[in-house]
Amino acid sequence: MTDRPFESRPQPAVPFWNDPAKRGIVLQFGLATFLLFVIWTAWTNMLDNMSARGLVFGWDYLSRPANFAIGESLIPFSAQDTYGRALAVGIINTIRIAVVGIFVTTILGIALGVMRLSSNPLLARLVSGYIEVVRNTPLLLQLFLWYAIINSLPGPRQAVHFGPGMYLSNRGMKVPWVEWSPALWPMIWALVAGIIGTIIASHMLARRREATGGAPPLLPIAAGLILGLPFLASAAQGFPATLSIPVLQGFNFSGGIELSPEFAALLAGLVLYTAAFVAEIVRGGIQSVFKGQWEAARSLGLSSGQLMRLVILPQALRVIIPPLTSQYLNLTKNSSLAVAIGYPDLVHISNTTMNQTGRAVEAILVFASIYLTISLLTSAFMNWYNARVAIMER
Amino acid sequence: MNAPISTPTTARALSFVRGETLPQMPPPDDVRLSLSRRVARTYFGTPANAAITIGCILVLVWLLPPLLNWALLKATWTGNATTCREAGGACWSFIREKFLFSVFGLYPFELRWRPGLVLALFAGMVAISVQQRFWSGKLIYAWIAALAVMWGLMGGQVLGIPVPGLDPVPTRLWGGWLVTIFLAVFGAALAYPIGIVLALGRRSQRPFVRLVCVCWIEFIRGVPLISLLFIATFIVPLFMPTGVELDRLIRAQIAFIMFAAAYMAEVFRGGLQAIPKGQYEGADSIGLNYSQKMRLIVLPQALKITIPAQVNTFIGMFKDTTLVLIIGIFDFFTPSLKG
Repeated sequence: MTDRPFESRPQPAVPFWNDPAKRGIVLQFGLATFLLFVIWTAWTNMLDNMSARGLVFGWDYLSRPANFAIGESLIPFSAQDTYGRALAVGIINTIRIAVVGIFVTTILGIALGVMRLSSNPLLARLVSGYIEVVRNTPLLLQLFLWYAIINSLPGPRQAVHFGPGMYLSNRGMKVPWVEWSPALWPMIWALVAGIIGTIIASHMLARRREATGGAPPLLPIAAGLILGLPFLASAAQGFPATLSIPVLQGFNFSGGIELSPEFAALLAGLVLYTAAFVAEIVRGGIQSVFKGQWEAARSLGLSSGQLMRLVILPQALRVIIPPLTSQYLNLTKNSSLAVAIGYPDLVHISNTTMNQTGRAVEAILVFASIYLTISLLTSAFMNWYNARVAIMER
Repeated sequence: MNAPISTPTTARALSFVRGETLPQMPPPDDVRLSLSRRVARTYFGTPANAAITIGCILVLVWLLPPLLNWALLKATWTGNATTCREAGGACWSFIREKFLFSVFGLYPFELRWRPGLVLALFAGMVAISVQQRFWSGKLIYAWIAALAVMWGLMGGQVLGIPVPGLDPVPTRLWGGWLVTIFLAVFGAALAYPIGIVLALGRRSQRPFVRLVCVCWIEFIRGVPLISLLFIATFIVPLFMPTGVELDRLIRAQIAFIMFAAAYMAEVFRGGLQAIPKGQYEGADSIGLNYSQKMRLIVLPQALKITIPAQVNTFIGMFKDTTLVLIIGIFDFFTPSLKG
């Protein structure tokens, strides 16, 4: 008996409920059945309830005329247009506030984060006081505050004038803007070409620096390409662009571009709120770089600009980017609070559509899935970028 | 070699050894500066620093006087809307006037003792719950009982059964601080266990469990809270069988719990990932099963290291309770908007 190999001893039979693999299959099957049952019940209940109210689930309402006006829109829209087009206006408005907001928030947030680290105690304390107040009050409250402030501004005739051609009044904000003409297309293409050229140049310079140890600095080349090419394109056509500057005519301004009070309030609220969070992220990122790195860079004789650009920022960015992504997403999602102050964003228009047609399920499904798409795309892009700047480990 | 080197003879022999004591030097400049010099250096040390200081002072000079003027000098402390409008400053009398409204919302005036009692009971329960010596299974039953009493006091009925002697008050009249506190506290309390389950599910080895948890978390984190509240308000009633109705406040509360749970799950996941693998393997090697391993070894550590992130999430949630205003439930700052 003792010379029988260990492996061939008869194994005691394991009952299936003690076998992890089989138990897992049963458990997952149970979960799937339960979920299917819940979804099926909810779906049939919904169809029953809808038919009891004379509704049928479907997307036909999108092609019916909307019969409501939208305050501001980047594409032409009138009350005779369809609900589908109204939805497109809402999507564009949401993307507009998100893109402008993210851009301004990034700049302001980085500035505030660096200012909070200033060696000047007055500046550091002021900024940290601002950050603490803004981070700890509800955004909705701040939006109402900005909306109230903008509405209590004087009318266009007594508008606050705070820069050449820039006016702030209770009709919103007026700023100069380039007057559109088809002659601007060559300039836009030149700008695109300049950006692509800069990317190519930066790759070539990096390769040359790796091979020879020296290469001309990128900044003048980039500036020449990005600013110079559009300038040349414009000069070749004899400077067709004209700046439209707001002028007071009668009771309102004409010319320039107008930011409606709702847009201005929403932008101010979102940017000032999110920038406070971004500032804390930036501060944490910079502080996470060890002191030895600063000292080593200084002892190599790097200038303070080189110190930041070559040593500190590349390491700080690794810490900064993941939470920064979620702040960008928060800003985009928080822009849905526009519904409270009347900026015609996706949720606001869906809400109006819902109230007029009773298509609650469809309208909510549409806007939730659009936000979901934006969120997933943004996190996919930022994950890709994060993987590029992440530390290379063996 | 061991001869003392401070004697004059050795000093002559080794010419680099100083023979006499140097006079005492003044301390370095930045160690013992007078207060005024120190302030001057901190705020005006370099031109850039001086510019920053002057810029800050200019901003303060530009902002503070109008603000103080509005908040103190031109403000109205007693009086009504007309005196407020004439003064043109802040209207603090309004806050005092509406204070009780901001606590109780639209709750019938003569029945306000009921929410008052609920608040007192709630405060008492919280005071008991934060003391470790009361932590036992009985506390859970006490909370369930207290909840039933609170619900009965507020609504005058529990799950459709009227409480004798109390007039029914529909939930659309509830409001103010009460709603904020209820939404936030019960949202947090129930989101905690659900968040743990979701986080464990997301790290599960069973692919279908993992898939469900990932979809759930990513969906909720990918849409704004408003859309969850809209779903709770407009779509969930459609999912119910005919005749079954769930109160609007409870639906909003469920949406809140789901929302907070998804965010908590991500916080917990971070904690679970931060626990060294050796802890998991150690638990396996002493023969603990999955629930023992998690309950006794992993979760106590994971929950402890995520406490700062948990607090952040709860603060965010408390701020987010203001959003119920959009779906028409009144919380504590709604009264200030009506003014």
